[in-house]
Amino acid sequence: MKKIGFLMAATALVAAGSAHAESHEGRATDGHLNIIYWQAPSLLNPYLSGGTKELEASSLVIEPLARYDETGTMVPFLVDEIPTVDNGGVSEDLTTITWTLSEGIKWSDGTPLTAADAVFTWQYCTDPESGCAQLSNYNDVESVEAVDDRTIKITFSVPKPFPYGPFVGAQSPIIQAAQFADCLGAAAPTCTDANFAPIGTGPFVVTDFKANDVASFVANENYRDPMKPAFATLNLKGGGDAASAARSVLETGEFDYAWNLQVEPEILNQMAAAGQGTVVSAFGTSVERMHVNQTDPDPELGDERATVAHPHPFLTDPNVSRALSLAIDREILVEAGYGSSGQPTCNVLPAPAIYASTNNDWCLNYDPDEANRLLDEAGWVMGDDGVRTKDGERLSILYQTSTNSVRQGTQALVKQMWEEIGVETELRNIDGSVFFGGDPSSPDTFQKFFADIEMYTNNFDGTDPERYMGNWACAEIPSPETQWQGSNMQRFCSEEYDALVVEFGQTAALEDRAALAIKMNDMLMNSGSIIPLVHRGGVSAHSNTLEGVLMNEWDSELWNIADWTRAE
Amino acid sequence: MSDQDRIFAQTVVDEVEERPRTLLRDVWSQFTAHRGAMAGLAVFLVIVLGVSFGPFIHTIDPTYSDFRARNQGMSLAHPMGTDNLGRDMFAQVLQGGRVSLLVGVTAMAIAMFFGTLVGVLAGYFRRLDGILMRVTDLFLALPILPLLLVIIMLFRDTLRKAFGPEAGIFLLIVFIIGITSWMQTARIVRGDVLALKEREFVLAARSIGTPAHRIILRHVLPNVLSPIMVSATLGIATAIITESALSFLGLGFPSDFPTWGRLLFDGANFMTLTPSRVIWPGLMLSLTVLSVNYVGDGLRDALDPHIRGR
Amino acid sequence: MFAFTIRRLLFAIPTLLAISFIIFAILDLAPSDPTGNLPLTISPEVRAQIRSSLGLDEPFPIRYLLWLKQFFINEPLNLIEGWTGWTLGDGERMRVTSWATRSPVVDLIIERMPQTLWVVGMSQVIAIVIAVPIGVISAYKQYSWFDQIGTFVSMVGFSIPTFFTGLVFIVLFSVHLQWFPSIYDTNHVIDSWDSFVFQIKQMIMPTMVLALATAAQLSRYMRASMLDNLQQDYVRTARAKGLTERVVVMIHVLRNSMIPVVTVIALNIPTIFGGAIITEQIFRVNGIGQLLIIGIQGADIPLVQTLTFIFAVLIVLFNLIADVLYGILDPRIRYE
Repeated sequence: MKKIGFLMAATALVAAGSAHAESHEGRATDGHLNIIYWQAPSLLNPYLSGGTKELEASSLVIEPLARYDETGTMVPFLVDEIPTVDNGGVSEDLTTITWTLSEGIKWSDGTPLTAADAVFTWQYCTDPESGCAQLSNYNDVESVEAVDDRTIKITFSVPKPFPYGPFVGAQSPIIQAAQFADCLGAAAPTCTDANFAPIGTGPFVVTDFKANDVASFVANENYRDPMKPAFATLNLKGGGDAASAARSVLETGEFDYAWNLQVEPEILNQMAAAGQGTVVSAFGTSVERMHVNQTDPDPELGDERATVAHPHPFLTDPNVSRALSLAIDREILVEAGYGSSGQPTCNVLPAPAIYASTNNDWCLNYDPDEANRLLDEAGWVMGDDGVRTKDGERLSILYQTSTNSVRQGTQALVKQMWEEIGVETELRNIDGSVFFGGDPSSPDTFQKFFADIEMYTNNFDGTDPERYMGNWACAEIPSPETQWQGSNMQRFCSEEYDALVVEFGQTAALEDRAALAIKMNDMLMNSGSIIPLVHRGGVSAHSNTLEGVLMNEWDSELWNIADWTRAE
Repeated sequence: MSDQDRIFAQTVVDEVEERPRTLLRDVWSQFTAHRGAMAGLAVFLVIVLGVSFGPFIHTIDPTYSDFRARNQGMSLAHPMGTDNLGRDMFAQVLQGGRVSLLVGVTAMAIAMFFGTLVGVLAGYFRRLDGILMRVTDLFLALPILPLLLVIIMLFRDTLRKAFGPEAGIFLLIVFIIGITSWMQTARIVRGDVLALKEREFVLAARSIGTPAHRIILRHVLPNVLSPIMVSATLGIATAIITESALSFLGLGFPSDFPTWGRLLFDGANFMTLTPSRVIWPGLMLSLTVLSVNYVGDGLRDALDPHIRGR
Repeated sequence: MFAFTIRRLLFAIPTLLAISFIIFAILDLAPSDPTGNLPLTISPEVRAQIRSSLGLDEPFPIRYLLWLKQFFINEPLNLIEGWTGWTLGDGERMRVTSWATRSPVVDLIIERMPQTLWVVGMSQVIAIVIAVPIGVISAYKQYSWFDQIGTFVSMVGFSIPTFFTGLVFIVLFSVHLQWFPSIYDTNHVIDSWDSFVFQIKQMIMPTMVLALATAAQLSRYMRASMLDNLQQDYVRTARAKGLTERVVVMIHVLRNSMIPVVTVIALNIPTIFGGAIITEQIFRVNGIGQLLIIGIQGADIPLVQTLTFIFAVLIVLFNLIADVLYGILDPRIRYE
């Protein structure tokens, strides 16, 4: 570990993005870069592990045809332009897209990148025995052909209004056919060397990989821009927790960049005050939300617990849910748990801007009086113990979430806010690997939802919300028949909504898609089955001596690492 | 006559007392003469009384968050400051002490009971040794975390229904900590018993036909008391810390249920911002363990026939 | 004693098999899932495919037998091949493979042994070196100043958890004084005096945090056991015989007091190989403890099963060693 950091503590902060590429003389002239990901990557092949940490780490090495930049706009990486209907790259019937690779792009071993590599990547991921984690990027792909060495033609089985699933974004990079040729299907896990050190077109090359610990890289001699990357070597260390990762950048200066610092904001601020580094954040599509169970989770129901056969005794009333939402002061939740990386939101689909609704902004106004009035109106009478009742039913809620100190803080605050409107709350937190694990034998999974309200964050990859909004179709309701699989956790079901889901898949024009998405978002909000809380951004920190960092929530945070430089 | 009885008789004769002395009274008078033990007992009692009756004097609700008053240092309104959600630390330390002490003492008692039972049986009866020690090996080898997940999955809802959410979780936690921490005591007690049972006084007792249970109770147990006392002292600390780890993993009490270990855990990152968040729970934890240690020392001395009556 | 050892070793085989089965059953029953930590954007169908590619579709007994075969037949064969360079059979056999990293578990363990042995192993050595003299002196001079301070420090040291002491050390020595690095470099190679000094520097904090807790525990047992023995008749006899105080204490009393200490050390040594989960996390030593906790969080059954089983072997082995040592320390102890 080199302690470069504190020597240059006094260097002034340079506005992000303005200074890259100019301040260094050429490739590998800026020495060593230390990055810390407190969750360490377990391998560098994103197709075999869908975790964010693996996606980000592998983005140093392998690249897709195009990435999303910090504003969510697609930028060409291995091609010269993005195919569209206008430039003829996408066919009029929306069933094919044709990409043309830039000239002269080489793998780090010196061999040329060809269209055959893309074809191979598709075959590798769609092999039924490989267990590819990014399979959904190749949904509806009928074929991928190499028209010539530089031309890739993708044919879809249905019209695709948004044909940028395959080979776009960090989830879908191109791997080298020559290296992975023997790793198809069931053989995929046996290729440890390839999975630990894939050959790529990106700015860095893996020299050593220790699973779940540390990865070392050197600059790629065959990278397409002869002046980049500025750093000669790079270390990506993992392990520990978010707070100490932040400390190593902001206070001790041992590291230059730390990822995913979900730490209480006052702690981050205090560390940042030491003057070694800067905290940066960016917003994508992540929303911390509550799902409001529309079915009855009463254990007495046995096998029919939390199924649509038994509607929830009181949470199906949109007014109760609206009261619960109005009684939450979202500003306080943001201040306590998120700081600059959170914004109050009233939409389950908060971004990109064209998809964001403004029709639900009533929830931004914390209004316990209105909440009380709504509950009074709905017939809930305040009892002597401060808990409302109606027809012998207590307004009592079991509120569950995954284990995470910020979430537990939010739980405590919400419990108290609800107490003020006569709602009794029992809190429960469940280890993430169980809660999100979906094991049908466990009662604690978020799909089973054996509670009244559950809270977690969800988002979608890239910028197109079609699949995300499809999560709340009736067919997606988890139930014993589906082995409790499905994404419609709150068991919201509406024929009208289902019709919109179908319509979305057939609409091509961007404005029409936006209008549809807003309509669907508003339907969900009006049903009261989702209470959005906080639009969450990513938070990272970088040393003041590191320039060129452009925080990006739409792709890998390391998407432009080729442009990062060391300040003088 | 055993060691113990002989010395006991000796003391009686030496001191020529009118009223008949019992073993218990004898132990007590020895115990009260131990200054460390008395100080330890006093501190421990103050802590117990404080956490029992404190919440009636300092009446702030430990879960109430006064958001404007967050991250405060020590003041008259908040003698131990507040946490990052504006909850009063003093109230939380008092409330947390009830749970931590109860969990610590109960879980430790369970672990000591099983540990001593297994250790004495294995050490004394050769036929039981093999099987009991293999069971101990098994428990030592079990991966605790997955085991907890299984136990919680299987029993939480049943216990919750039978005893209510808090008592149910309490029983579960105490049981889990108890059955996963008796093994060390068992191994240590067994080691001592193996050596003890070859000593002259045990051989003598056996040769005059004293039944096994009497030998164990009268001769063996009093002589393995000191390692048990050490285990018990360390056991309380371990139980309190383990509880916090369980709660942190979402396997213990609900997150708004303060305990000392949990306060320390949650406060650790705030160490430089609001030191009072960690100093007080840490201090209470250490004081408790220290006082129990001195009480243990005193008890050990008082029960030791060699020392008593000197 | 020899016959006893052989008999115990033979008896260990069925014991360990039973233990391995019970561990496997617990891991299988546990509700955590290998896809649990993946982003929610990955759909349920894809998750199901991932599970089946990991072999989770197979029934429980098949998976257990597969692990047995991989661990007891394939891995040893692979080791033999590695040492001798021979090729046994066709050389193609499925090793125990971790689900998260898709690489052989044994290789992962070997990769992590150095840092775990350096840090956790060294902390045990330091703890024993500190604790035994402290325990002896504390007992010999019971209730002296030395004893009181020793008691105080060890009780505070034991009651404050390592996650807390670790953080205090980092804030003090890394942030304020900048003496030691807060993050352990596992790639560090010792090839010169300076690099050796750096290794010492990066080891100091995690080693001391661990040693403090262990020494506290050991010294308490040592002290208690010494106190018991100092009161025994044989000590009076030895003194009466005119032996010097030094010989009485250091030879007779110490030897007889070692039984509980040996027990505790024998219980602690396997935990060296198990790593120290919390301390390794705080200082990012990323040794076996961190491997285990990541495996448990990710429900990586082959990894956790293998690590736990190796751990179980060490426990059984060191408990046997402790039993043999009892016989040496106190020849009256017989097992036949």
